Amino acid sequence: MSELTALTIAGIREGLRRKDFSAVELTEAYLAAIERFNQAFNAYVAVTPERALEMAGESDRRIAEGEARALEGVPLGIKDLFCTKGIHSQAASHVLDGFKPPYESTVTANLWRDGGVMLGKLNMDEFAMGSSNETSYYGPVVNPWRRRGGNAQLVPGGSSGGSAAAVAAHLCAGATATDTGGSIRQPAAFTGTVGIKPTYGRCSRRGIVAFASSLDQAGPIARTVRDAAIMLRTMASVDPKDTTSADVEVPDYEAAIGESVKGLRIGIPREYRVDGMPEEIEKLWQAGMDWYRAAGAELVEISLPHTKYALPAYYIVAPAEASSNLARYDGVRYGLRVPGDDIVDMYEKTRAAGFGREVKRRVLIGTYVLSAGYYDAYYLRAQKVRTLIKRDFEEAFQAGIDAILTPATPSSAFGIGEKAGGDPVEMYLNDIFTVTVNMAGLPGIAVPAGLDPAGLPLGLQLIGRPFDEATLFRAAQVIEDSAGSFTPEAWW
Amino acid sequence: MSVDIATVKRVAHLARIRVTEEEAAALQGELNAILGFVEQLNEVDVAGVEPMTSVIPMAVKRREDVVDDGGIAADIVRNAPLTDENYFLVPKVVE
Ligand SMILES: NC(=O)CC[C@H](N)C(=O)O
Repeated sequence: MSELTALTIAGIREGLRRKDFSAVELTEAYLAAIERFNQAFNAYVAVTPERALEMAGESDRRIAEGEARALEGVPLGIKDLFCTKGIHSQAASHVLDGFKPPYESTVTANLWRDGGVMLGKLNMDEFAMGSSNETSYYGPVVNPWRRRGGNAQLVPGGSSGGSAAAVAAHLCAGATATDTGGSIRQPAAFTGTVGIKPTYGRCSRRGIVAFASSLDQAGPIARTVRDAAIMLRTMASVDPKDTTSADVEVPDYEAAIGESVKGLRIGIPREYRVDGMPEEIEKLWQAGMDWYRAAGAELVEISLPHTKYALPAYYIVAPAEASSNLARYDGVRYGLRVPGDDIVDMYEKTRAAGFGREVKRRVLIGTYVLSAGYYDAYYLRAQKVRTLIKRDFEEAFQAGIDAILTPATPSSAFGIGEKAGGDPVEMYLNDIFTVTVNMAGLPGIAVPAGLDPAGLPLGLQLIGRPFDEATLFRAAQVIEDSAGSFTPEAWW
Repeated sequence: MSVDIATVKRVAHLARIRVTEEEAAALQGELNAILGFVEQLNEVDVAGVEPMTSVIPMAVKRREDVVDDGGIAADIVRNAPLTDENYFLVPKVVE
């Protein structure tokens, strides 16, 4: 790792301002790192060096003229789920073979407007369905972290596994990601990075390939809390092209960092203390509580009684919405087409060849729960349970809780292939602590908080009130200040 | 509830995904594992509970009823596997 790629986004901002290096030099350092090391991680599925250098050149011109923008010259990786005009955007699926969107997603357009530099597109679970990045058409991503003394390849989490691995391995300064049930926070926790899923409606979904529309949200993965705050401010916007984009002003999140948490009421939900929870997760959670107490916050035990139903309800709602959203991949308008005897034969062969196993499984479950006679028993009931899950949180916030502290994941990173057995539910259980937040539309941030006995990173999660990401950044900084930050030892 | 092989095949056809016998057999086990997992939702008392429609309460946005985009047929068909002029081509649907 060269020195330049070790800088945080805040550090890049400072260094460019002081003219310690140019944006082009910085981008060249990243492109060289990708060239040398991407094969070790399989994090990028497409690299865009020409575009990157052109954007960096423009950044240098702006800086010379004293007109630097918020993300001027910052080299970023973009999850393959985001449409980027004229550039590979396939949701890591074979069914979108060759797809190059004729338009730009709102989130990425915001990043370029503020001077960000695009390095390329990042690997992910196919259509964002997964918790390990093993469902990608492009193959798994390798976590830059290894168990102490071991050389087994570990997953980086998913679905934003490429984003998390690239940030942790210093193959980009920050990355875009998306989170439907945990896909920003779980990979962040597995790689010692910071990831925030903002409130539903905070970032526009325009131009992001849809998985489950009522749950999907974009957010950043970055190396520090401050970097995540800098990125989210640019990514978030009110967008007339997304009817679910909320008409709420985007604050300066960075301003909240460093503010005291004295008097903040932090909820500790008893239902998150699950059976069989590894001791190191308990300890980490306890450490988090101690840090807040020391910082003057008040800890309050709370109850969120419907917690355990969030994951099963998610596995009805998300596949149902996915089966509908993925109906568009039919071999007619874009991507792969396998010829058939008639139109139905063509559809069936195209979708059979284009979708991977996990995606097929989801589409089938979704089709089943929405099919005649089953809608009320499954989908309607799940949406009612969802109302109850949200109500639990509302009651806690009404009782004066400012943020809720939980573990981010039930374990540290596991080995590639380790959870590939016949029971898909084993993999789904990765998201027990994160999925509640999507079901309730709330913001949640994962912050690295320590290492497990094998030397792998573990994260804590903070859950906030709707549109109160600022409090999450403020509170998350306390964890970062107390725990420090975590960088994998380079073996690559 | 659980699904049998015939149901798996019927649902796959509804979803327009061709499955082999082997795939159908594997999917049956996997789908039943998921259906078994979600079964616990039946424990929840949902009497009188409204199903969620919008996770963040917001008014549906309106806009002027005017044409503000369009005329980009070439862009729209650009990614299609088979086209003729500005048309998508599909196998013959009517005789
Ligand atoms: N995109 C996501 O947040 C994925 C969540 C969950 N792991 C799933 O597979 O659906």
